[in-house]
Amino acid sequence: MDYLLQQLLNGIQLGTVYALIALGYTMVYGIIRLINFAHADIFMIGVYTSFFTATWKKIPFPVVIIISMAVCAALGVLMELLAYRPLRHKPRLSALITALGVSLFLENFAALPFIFGPEYRNFPELIRMKRYVLWEAHDLAVSNIFLLNLGIVAVLLLGLFYLIHKTMIGKQMRAVSYDKVTASLLGIHVDRVVSFTFLLGGALAGASGMLYGLTYRSIQSPYLGIWPGWKAFIAAVIGGIGSIPGAVLGSYLMGISEVYANSIDSTLGFGMAFVILIIVLIVRPRGLLGEKIQEKI
Amino acid sequence: MLTPKRTQTFIRSYPLFSGLVLLYALISFLYHLDWLNSYHIQLVMLVGINIVMTVSLGLINGFTGQFSIGHAGFMAVGAYTSVGMTTLLLQSPGGHLGYLVFFPATLIGGIFAAATGFLIGLPTLRLGGDYLAIVTMAFAEVIRTIIRVSEPMGGPRGIGGIPDYTNLTIVFIFAITSVWLMRNFILSTYGRASKAIRDNEIAAEIMGVNTTRQKVLVFTLGAFFAGCCGSLYAHVLQYIHPDNFTFMKSLEYLIYLYIGGSSSISGAIVGATIFTFLPELFRRFSSWRMVIYSLTLILVMLFRPEGIVGNREWRPLVSRRRRT
Repeated sequence: MDYLLQQLLNGIQLGTVYALIALGYTMVYGIIRLINFAHADIFMIGVYTSFFTATWKKIPFPVVIIISMAVCAALGVLMELLAYRPLRHKPRLSALITALGVSLFLENFAALPFIFGPEYRNFPELIRMKRYVLWEAHDLAVSNIFLLNLGIVAVLLLGLFYLIHKTMIGKQMRAVSYDKVTASLLGIHVDRVVSFTFLLGGALAGASGMLYGLTYRSIQSPYLGIWPGWKAFIAAVIGGIGSIPGAVLGSYLMGISEVYANSIDSTLGFGMAFVILIIVLIVRPRGLLGEKIQEKI
Repeated sequence: MLTPKRTQTFIRSYPLFSGLVLLYALISFLYHLDWLNSYHIQLVMLVGINIVMTVSLGLINGFTGQFSIGHAGFMAVGAYTSVGMTTLLLQSPGGHLGYLVFFPATLIGGIFAAATGFLIGLPTLRLGGDYLAIVTMAFAEVIRTIIRVSEPMGGPRGIGGIPDYTNLTIVFIFAITSVWLMRNFILSTYGRASKAIRDNEIAAEIMGVNTTRQKVLVFTLGAFFAGCCGSLYAHVLQYIHPDNFTFMKSLEYLIYLYIGGSSSISGAIVGATIFTFLPELFRRFSSWRMVIYSLTLILVMLFRPEGIVGNREWRPLVSRRRRT
């Protein structure tokens, strides 16, 4: 029982990392119907950026996260501009293959010896870890990093929610995602909105990379983005791809189920994600919070 | 008798077949002259297997318009089934006798993969577009996880000591037969029904195509060829591991297909050939290899979004012999 409760907290921790990545997937998919495979690698760049800024000088934590978000946002915009925009009106799958290419490129370019190098690194301890005991009898404790994670995610999510529902650009994003052609007829600059979406997704992935480094304190290699990226993507699909609350819900579901599955058998974690995915898609083909789209003839 | 005159007529009437025989003769000749070593031969065999994999994926993705990205899962089913028969059942695989097991094993591997494809396809092919893609990928990963956790199938260690039954001749015959069969499928009424589904599913249904049945049929057929490929692949590498059939492997075939041209058999062949050789050519650039590979991929897609060959077909491949 004690163990299960503690694992629940670990699951929430993991879900937090996934949620920030999943938001990028879901927003980009919502706008241009592209599974942006390279998003996981933006997350990886985020981990490395925060690693290098944190080790280079004794930069305080809030500045590190802002730098990481800025670099990743810029990368997201650049990627869209160079690789995806020229293919906007071409067959949808060529953009998908390009996304794969961009993903492979980022991973392997980062693994070059004079860029990041393929070796294992330790993330510096930016914040001294403290444990707060929540429940004496059950030995249940949370760390300050956990609370910080939750805090940052809450702030970012509220910010995102405000941006999408209360500002002009958010309204434009929703319009473009609903109907691109009509949106452009109404004077919305579609290209700018798409760029902005990539910027937002990139920034969130950057924040996620920072939190990942801070929490797990290890950087395996430039390929580290692949699995968190995939799980975040699955989380986005479970929640209903294109839906922002869905991505968050799916991520926490994914994080918690993965931690429990891993505590049974370490190879089970990943398979578990897919089993949940299959069940959800067969029962609710549009995901948990996805909208049903009527097929037009 | 094989007179020069007759040979000439034969080559004229079957240019493709003659060309392939010539290619086979050339490769084996160079191998016997030691100009090609066993590494080159292995590469050629992998090209053959990749071609069949890519064409069978093209059957599903290009010609029927369903988006499957879990093809390596079927390959894994085929590989493990056949290896189970040749290596684990046959404790001491001996010489030519082994082939008596290997051929049925390959076929059974294909049938198992087809059965898996059928079971997966039945509930999922009603999902459209990207959702289907994600579910096929998920199933491929579930297959891999099952293999990983099941001890009799080698678990996470994989299975080694597989006899090298696959050789150049077998790959040639297999590749030619499979591609020929799939070509005939595409040119048949079934192929037309597939293309109708791809172009407009609702219209196809109105015209009397049983869309679900057709999609499941194509999916099963594609899985069958992938399973056979898996068997050959396992007997080339002589060692299989669940990580041989990851999601990346499926993506590789997707890349081959779309880089060549998705609704074209010639495109699939060209894509698989070029992009199997390319990473090997770049091998001397060591760590730059995958960087160049990915850049090539991006550039090809940016400048030729329909793929290298596009949607055209090479004439001799699809021209039908007129019956007089």
